[in-house]
Amino acid sequence: MERTWNNKAWFMVLPVLLLVAFSAIIPLMTVVNYSVQDTFGNNDFFWAGSEWFDEILHSDRFWEAMGRNLVFSAIILIIEIPLGIFIALNMPKKGWGVPVCLVLMALPLLIPWNVVGTIWQVFGRVDIGLLGYSLRALGFNYNYVNDPFDAWITVIVMDVWHWTSLVVLLCYAGLVSIPDAYYQAAKIDGASRWAIFRYIQLPKMNRVLLIAVLLRFMDSFMIYTEPFVVTGGGPGNTTTFLSIDLVKLAIGEFNLGEAAAMSIVYFLIIMLLSWVFYTVMTAYDAEQ
Amino acid sequence: MARIDCNHIRHAYGPHPKSDKDYALKEVHHAFEDGGAYALLGPSGCGKTTLLNIISGLLYPSHGELLFDGKDVTNLSTQERNIAQVFQFPVIYDTMTVYDNLAFPLRNRGVPEPDVDRKVRETLDMTGLADMAKRKARGLTADQKQKISLGRGLVRSDVNAILFDEPLTVIDPHMKWVLRSQLKQLHRRFGFTMVYVTHDQTEALTFAENVVVMYEGEIVQIGSPAELFERPKHTFVGYFIGSPGMNVMPVAVEGRSARLGSQTIELPGAPRAGITGAIELGIRPEYIRLGASGMPVSIRKVEDIGRHKVVRASFEGRDIAAIIGEDEDIPADPKIAFDPAGINIYADSWRVEMGG
Repeated sequence: MERTWNNKAWFMVLPVLLLVAFSAIIPLMTVVNYSVQDTFGNNDFFWAGSEWFDEILHSDRFWEAMGRNLVFSAIILIIEIPLGIFIALNMPKKGWGVPVCLVLMALPLLIPWNVVGTIWQVFGRVDIGLLGYSLRALGFNYNYVNDPFDAWITVIVMDVWHWTSLVVLLCYAGLVSIPDAYYQAAKIDGASRWAIFRYIQLPKMNRVLLIAVLLRFMDSFMIYTEPFVVTGGGPGNTTTFLSIDLVKLAIGEFNLGEAAAMSIVYFLIIMLLSWVFYTVMTAYDAEQ
Repeated sequence: MARIDCNHIRHAYGPHPKSDKDYALKEVHHAFEDGGAYALLGPSGCGKTTLLNIISGLLYPSHGELLFDGKDVTNLSTQERNIAQVFQFPVIYDTMTVYDNLAFPLRNRGVPEPDVDRKVRETLDMTGLADMAKRKARGLTADQKQKISLGRGLVRSDVNAILFDEPLTVIDPHMKWVLRSQLKQLHRRFGFTMVYVTHDQTEALTFAENVVVMYEGEIVQIGSPAELFERPKHTFVGYFIGSPGMNVMPVAVEGRSARLGSQTIELPGAPRAGITGAIELGIRPEYIRLGASGMPVSIRKVEDIGRHKVVRASFEGRDIAAIIGEDEDIPADPKIAFDPAGINIYADSWRVEMGG
């Protein structure tokens, strides 16, 4: 049969192509463009080669921010995953308590990020904030504005408050899908509470836990709004994460070339880590 | 293994049962003999799973007591009762190997590892899982998984009873038959007390020596498959067992004969005098003879189901089913006769004894 070639179909894809070009490809290429050029103003750009990348990769400031990001993500995962599992295990499985718990858990997730930041910024203030004032009154020398340790604690507690719910809800979804017969069989087999967790609940939560870890890692690795609102990256640079540093560099210091190079490195890191997670998850699926 | 006594057990799921209607289990008073193979047979919602869960201790009865070998276990936990239960859907521990699955109940009870190993190997041989001992349990087929569930019960040599809650629901038809005969073999070799819940009459009749038929929260009859077939105590048993079920028709009884419309049917004996209530005559399709003599019927339909034919006919204005041989022909002027051996008389649905 004679095949009809009709290239008009390409026009159908054109709107999407334009949309993607404007929203993703062109901005990305702009960044690439900036990262290999330099300017002294007047919109005069000249070729800079890999200079900005050299600078970023050899800058202590970048690696320190990266270190802070990794430490922050690690702490977040270490706290939020077990805490989320623990809360999910203790949530009621039936009765009137279920909707109450679910709504309570969903609340922090419904609050806009900058509002969360503002809430904790006020909450932690030592002059008018309930938390800051109370800690002071109890004799703790708490002040997130000039004590780096206190600033970190505040940002971490804020994130735990904001995002543990997500882990809880994911784990809970995994838990309620376990048929009653499993618990009955475990009773008959004389399994301890720990054995039930280890051999029934944990394996059934495995998949959702992987998703929870992935989401919490990515979100915490690109955290910006909340610490920016609470600490503005301070005191000093102690809570300046990569994203905050990037904005400082690009908008604060108008160092477009370096900021562009940093964006690309940041982007590649996130892509690499996502790829690692994706590979691990699909390998796990294949094993199933 | 143990004898299980259910003493006047009643159970209601709601908190304040008032009438009989609120009870999922109205009253069960029955003994499961040591080493017996029992089937609990009945339609969905008749209380058979409730009774099973009461025996295993997953439910505590609202009234009555449960004895294992004369010892009151009504308030003991599942673990203390030491029973095994196989559920409708295979329950396995996904992350463990087949071997570890079987070892799990023993390790939980602190059995020393050499004994665990010996028992597990015995059980692997018994269930035919020996060649997959080292495999992860999650990749197995439904029937293999169900064998693991069973194996976790068998591995504890001291279990009081093995309970089955419709264990073949998710098994492929051809494997059902294999598993059922393996269960029977295990029972013959080792003499476990087995209670098997099912709504499938073939399963019940082939598995058990004693079939307990339940209907609306009550035991309506306990008997061998033959007894259930020939002398159903309740019209429900007649309907539920057999394919097609028993023909039941309202009659008026006078001495040794029953009258239905214009026909008079000879009874094998005279029902005891003074029976009251709705009187019915029950006869299985297998005991109806179709031929040239007897009572006239009009045939509506003949179903050829392979080994025999089912004749659907109209007799005195009511539907009646008869079974005839595969090679028998339908007479031009069909008439039926009832074999007296297959006639039962019911008053208010319960069977009435007939004197000679």
